[in-house]
Amino acid sequence: MATMTIAKAINEGLRASLTNNPKSLLMGEDIGHLGGVYRVTDGLIKEFGDERVVDTPLAESGIVGTAIGLALRGYSPVCEIQFDGFVYPAFNQITTQLAKIHARSLGKLTVPVVIRIPYGGGIGSIEHHSESPEALFAHTAGLRIISPSNAHDAYWMIQKAIECQDPVIFFEPKRRYWLKGEVDVENAGLSEDPFKAHVVREGTDATIVAYGPLVPVALAAANAAVEDGRSIEVIDLRSISPLDFDTVEASVKKTGRLIVAHEAPTFGGIGGEIAARISERAFLHLEAPVIRVGGFHMPYPVAKVEEDYLPDIDKILEALDRSLSY
Amino acid sequence: MGSTQLPPGTEETLAAATAKAAAPGEPVEMVQLLGPDGTLGSDPVFSDYAKRIDPEKLRVFYTDMAKIRRFDQEATALQRQGELALWVPLTGQEAAQIGSGHASQSQDYIFPTYREHGVALVRNVDLAELLKQFRGVSNGGWDPRENNFHLYTLVLAAQTLHAVGYAMGIQRDQKLASADSTDPKAAVIAYFGDGASSEGDVHESMVFAASYNAPVVFFCQNNHWAISVPTEVQTKVPLANRAKGYGFPGIRVDGNDVIAVHAVTEWALEHAREGRGPVLIEAYTYRVGAHTTADDPTKYRESAEEAAWREKDPLDRLEKYLRAEGLADEAFFDQVKADGDELAKYVRSTTHGLEVPDIRDAFASVYAEQHPLIAEELAWFEEYSAGFESDEEAAN
Ligand SMILES: Cc1ncc(C[n+]2csc(CCOP(=O)(O)OP(=O)(O)O)c2C)c(N)n1
Repeated sequence: MATMTIAKAINEGLRASLTNNPKSLLMGEDIGHLGGVYRVTDGLIKEFGDERVVDTPLAESGIVGTAIGLALRGYSPVCEIQFDGFVYPAFNQITTQLAKIHARSLGKLTVPVVIRIPYGGGIGSIEHHSESPEALFAHTAGLRIISPSNAHDAYWMIQKAIECQDPVIFFEPKRRYWLKGEVDVENAGLSEDPFKAHVVREGTDATIVAYGPLVPVALAAANAAVEDGRSIEVIDLRSISPLDFDTVEASVKKTGRLIVAHEAPTFGGIGGEIAARISERAFLHLEAPVIRVGGFHMPYPVAKVEEDYLPDIDKILEALDRSLSY
Repeated sequence: MGSTQLPPGTEETLAAATAKAAAPGEPVEMVQLLGPDGTLGSDPVFSDYAKRIDPEKLRVFYTDMAKIRRFDQEATALQRQGELALWVPLTGQEAAQIGSGHASQSQDYIFPTYREHGVALVRNVDLAELLKQFRGVSNGGWDPRENNFHLYTLVLAAQTLHAVGYAMGIQRDQKLASADSTDPKAAVIAYFGDGASSEGDVHESMVFAASYNAPVVFFCQNNHWAISVPTEVQTKVPLANRAKGYGFPGIRVDGNDVIAVHAVTEWALEHAREGRGPVLIEAYTYRVGAHTTADDPTKYRESAEEAAWREKDPLDRLEKYLRAEGLADEAFFDQVKADGDELAKYVRSTTHGLEVPDIRDAFASVYAEQHPLIAEELAWFEEYSAGFESDEEAAN
């Protein structure tokens, strides 16, 4: 068992894929000699050369568009978008092309492209460096959206994403890049579905669902609730599309209460989808309405006030109180 | 900004600069071999390539141009009769498409936009399958791998990047291939229009192609109009000249001269296959009819312009040449006409027979791998549909 940060775990996962799959390659801005602005690809160009770790021109549509062409030719490109807020120039290629090619060709063409996006706030950065656009992509059929919350998952999920024959958007919780955890490089410990949700803490009074950067926050809130004599279950979704409603539903049937937390704006977000589905599937088991904890309906605010924007332990505890008061 | 804030004389300077910028762009030479009068000229580089075209090949060019024009008329008629939702005619652009299509080899991969019916014909795509998209029974219609002819793309310019990425894949394949590989070298052609040339993806594709020396030929059919907007609104310089800015050759060719188009494209593909990098070809041509069957060109252009271009018709000039040189007789032209009618008949009958797919097929191909949401929604749909069936049974 090795201990490493999430950034290092992704790096090791990419290294394993580049070693095992000669048709895989990385492409993005500054990912070669610099190793990416977050150093996630550090050292890989030395090991695999600039044909496998490609420093591209500064052009997001170009990165994703050419990756599509490479995939059509039988390659497995892994694109890095430097920051969440800069994926929009590639939005067209991702939503109108990448997502649809398999369907348009009635399954004759596959485009196994992975798009890595460091996302989310909490790092005190400037405009366009702290966004959570996952709902925009999850709404598009044909894409898979996943986000690891710990080092072990980061190591294995990136490899599974590269193996996947569908396009995968791999959202990396950038404020957790330096979070250390144990990684079992021998044994993925994954079920048949590598992106199934995990119950990361068991409890009986309420369920909190989170993914990526908010999983540690949800766990901390659940631990704090113990002081009030509450037993809270926490689910790490891991995959946003497809979304493992079965695991959430089973938990809600046990606890009767559900809180969904994500950094993206609450309105039109993934939380609303979970709330609606669980209301349909487990209406009679719910003791309280599903409560969402998320960002406000505003552009991601300036760093000095992001603490007020981001879901934190207190906001989740407040939601728990509200849920438990029914 | 008030002019009083400007130093004396500035306004005149600005006016002169503006006038200069608005003046017709830099001069550009156009490669032409077969003139509108049907006589063959020469070119220091491309005549050598033209010499490779034997009389049989010239007859094939003519046959294909005539066939695709006939097909175009038939598809337009089918649309008028409500059999197709929309049609995108190509009349006027036959030489650009047939000439360039025939210059490609089977291992080359082609990324069309949506008007490349002539190239599809050359690449042996079943034209009835090509109509599926326009009849609303498919978002594609053919297997792109069978003839290395990609599906049509309706989002302008998106495919130019796919073409470059594909070309980068060809480069990598060559490096991965074993030393004794006998696979022929391949290149890629990306087709797009003068309007599409304004899209950012064309710029990015040219940057990538140049940076990696990708074996790709950009084939721009400048048919002078992007729906109702003339080329002058898209560019201040001749489109072929833009290549210079990216660092690779750009050539304007008479797009109504099938011999020159073939020669130039053959040269460009050889250039790309040999690892000498991308080429931009601007085929200078004209969309004689409407942009699509939903368009009305009388609203935005003069009929005199169209008439002038009809004088340069690609089929007429090759016919003149073939007759003058004694390369084709009346029987040949009669046969071409009969073949065209045959094709039209085939297309008409198969269009009626194009199968409407089951929406269940659409569920099946959203993802390559299992996806629980798809399974759930399909199960719901099956149950919902079954409800109607049992209602019917109960009613009977
Ligand atoms: C991204 C995008 N914007 C707008 C359109 C709508 N549209 C379809 S064809 C067309 C004009 C295209 O002109 P050009 O590229 O010159 O090609 P042509 O149709 O003349 O062959 C427009 C604006 C589109 N298909 N895609």
